[in-house]
Amino acid sequence: MAAITINNTPLTVPDNISILAAAKLAGVRIPTLCFLEGLDAIGACRICVVEVEGAKNLVASCSVPVTDGMKIKTNSGRVREARRTVMELLLSEHDGDCQTCERNEDCELQKIASDLGIKSVRYEGQKTAAHLDTSTPGIVRNNGKCIKCRRCVAVCNITQRVGALFPQARGFKTVIGPAFDSDLAGVTCVQCGQCAAVCPVGAIVEQSHVQRVWDALENPKKTVVVQTAPAVRAALGECFGFEPGTLVTGKMVSALRRLGFATVFDTNFTADLTIIEEGTELLTRLKTAILDKEPVALPQFTSCSPGWIKFVEHFYPELIPNLSTCKSPQQMFGALAKTYWAQKVGKKPEEIFVVSVMPCTAKKFEAQRPEMNDSGAQDVDAVLTTRELGRMIKQAGIDFAALPDDNFDRVMGVSSGAGDIFANTGGVMEAALRTAYEIVTGRPLPFDKLHVEPIAGLEGIKEAQLTITGTVPEWSFLENVTLSVAVSHGLGNAEKVIERITTGKASYHFVEIMTCPGGCIGGGGQPRLTDDAKRKQRIKAIYKEDENKKLRKSHDNPKIKQVYGEFLKIPLGEKSHHLLHTTYTVRERV
Amino acid sequence: MPETTTCACGGTVTEEQMSKQLDAVLAEYKSKPGALIPVLQTAQTMFGYLPDPVVRKIARELDKSYSEVAGVVGFYSFFSRYPRGAYLVRVCLGTACYVRGGNEVLSAMKKALGIDIGQTTPDRVFSLDIGRCFGACGLAPVIMVNQDVHQRVKPAKVGDILALYRAKSKEEIHK
Ligand code: SF4
Ligand code: SF4
Ligand code: SF4
Ligand code: FES
Repeated sequence: MAAITINNTPLTVPDNISILAAAKLAGVRIPTLCFLEGLDAIGACRICVVEVEGAKNLVASCSVPVTDGMKIKTNSGRVREARRTVMELLLSEHDGDCQTCERNEDCELQKIASDLGIKSVRYEGQKTAAHLDTSTPGIVRNNGKCIKCRRCVAVCNITQRVGALFPQARGFKTVIGPAFDSDLAGVTCVQCGQCAAVCPVGAIVEQSHVQRVWDALENPKKTVVVQTAPAVRAALGECFGFEPGTLVTGKMVSALRRLGFATVFDTNFTADLTIIEEGTELLTRLKTAILDKEPVALPQFTSCSPGWIKFVEHFYPELIPNLSTCKSPQQMFGALAKTYWAQKVGKKPEEIFVVSVMPCTAKKFEAQRPEMNDSGAQDVDAVLTTRELGRMIKQAGIDFAALPDDNFDRVMGVSSGAGDIFANTGGVMEAALRTAYEIVTGRPLPFDKLHVEPIAGLEGIKEAQLTITGTVPEWSFLENVTLSVAVSHGLGNAEKVIERITTGKASYHFVEIMTCPGGCIGGGGQPRLTDDAKRKQRIKAIYKEDENKKLRKSHDNPKIKQVYGEFLKIPLGEKSHHLLHTTYTVRERV
Repeated sequence: MPETTTCACGGTVTEEQMSKQLDAVLAEYKSKPGALIPVLQTAQTMFGYLPDPVVRKIARELDKSYSEVAGVVGFYSFFSRYPRGAYLVRVCLGTACYVRGGNEVLSAMKKALGIDIGQTTPDRVFSLDIGRCFGACGLAPVIMVNQDVHQRVKPAKVGDILALYRAKSKEEIHK
């Protein structure tokens, strides 16, 4: 432990933590721009400088550790002046037209400038040339706003192991972006949006579908239905000042109705459906391997996370046979809304306009994949991020906090708690086990509250083993088989799991991968800035939503039974094959 | 960074030949740590520039992202993405040349060639770069065109100098 003082207040903090972390413990906020929790501090921006007694120069608090006896001042005149200088230099090169910027009122640069009381900029800087990169379906980059903090570089290269963004050229001409002067579409970007989630300014944002949705809502020829991903309800409140982890399911449904959506459905419904299809697929693969002793690709990898899919297509095409052929819940929903539900309400596929609200930018990419047209029209027409929905609610002048709770519409709005937990790392696996175990043994999963503890939480790679006993006759070949599963989130961790498998260090039957750290609750389209504390709060909220439901297992959902009875007939059947399953594409790795 | 050694033989290598030559280099370095810069240097020396397929291949073989390799290529002025022109024009911006109008010479040169520093004219006759002292300070401002030194250059004279080489390059083609 180190005894230090911060602004004359003595305190004892763990050795070797940064001054920034120590200040946080002391309840002192220091502004930061380049620093990002969980990654090595690079000390690039110097907005976080503090004064250390005895040191000649101010030090960057994010990258200097505390030492015993250190006396730190975070708020001296010298510190304020230095921070102001840093900020004024940044602003002198910044293409700052806040009123028309995506990040207005949600911008770290703007906030810090305002906190520092910047009234004028003393330096004459050359503005960075604005280049708008709209080459990909999910992400928009604007170099003119970039402050070169390099958070996106670290996240894309280290957390996600994609490496789409690096500093290019040198000196004043340095831009943070894809190779040379190419656009994102020219490199292997998987559209996860983690760069957009950590960018402190308006330099990386989602491709907005807000106008598209307003237009559809005003088009008398369209019946507009909306689906909401499970992770949205645990984060949308943050756009309106609610504490992270506040569940706003009922208010969200109310808000969607007031925005004019004719029918409000839930992606959770097709999450339940995914479990039936993907669970059956897994059991079929196991049967082929264990009973028929025929070659089959194992482990089976989950396929609900479109960034992960694109990652495999670019970097591990040899694993494509291991990907579940199931479409993601978003795409199953689109395909069913324009066929099954369209028939119910007497509409043609092209008369229905499907909007999804997703915590994700890669879902925008997924929706426009050419194979996602199985209903006869593009299955999902527009994808809003959680942030975009927040903006639409504000545009409409809806007082979100004052909204009453409302319920999803029937049929495709009914879901089990297993659908909810698709939102967080470990959730898809747990949901699948709840159903698969019961199919095979006729008994519920034998765990407290049906939770599979070893695969919950924020550990990067989690594993669990489950020995199956007391099987029903049909599945007796699984008697005494130990099912081995793994769960990981963040593509860097996914890469490590793949390495464990290919080097023979581990072997699994089923692996859940989510692209974003923490799973969808930490998605690239969620309110900023997601840190581990927020991830935990959102996950807690999701488990609460699950536990509060009477329905906890996908196969118990009566509306799922109904959709099979009326339309799909059997899991992995002909209709399912056509509407709910998909194929993948080998892509260039460079 | 070592000095640029531009392949001035005028010969062109096909992409296929490049790929083969590169394979040998990659085989040598592949397993060594920190291979990226030496491989890029060798390729630059071999081909005189780093065409896009070469950059991509290096990225692929060394298991690096294309954007990362591009970042390195763009950072060091030793690397060039385009073939250098037959004549490399270097304008000295060392202190003596600078105070005696080197910068004006550079501006005139940029204007006359229609290119920026580090670029090559579309007809591949000239490339433009800057230098830091060619050891002829007494006769500043100085420019070098390949190995020829031109002294006391006036911005207005830039066109004449270039015309000289343009004529020469036409002769070469006729031969
Ligand atoms: S990035 Fe921030 S400071 Fe810059 S224009 Fe946008 S809101 Fe304003
Ligand atoms: S969207 Fe993801 S993969 Fe693409 S640049 Fe951003 S962080 Fe990298
Ligand atoms: S794009 Fe955003 S995160 Fe990336 S360097 Fe620029 S300001 Fe930082
Ligand atoms: S936050 Fe410390 S240097 Fe940028």
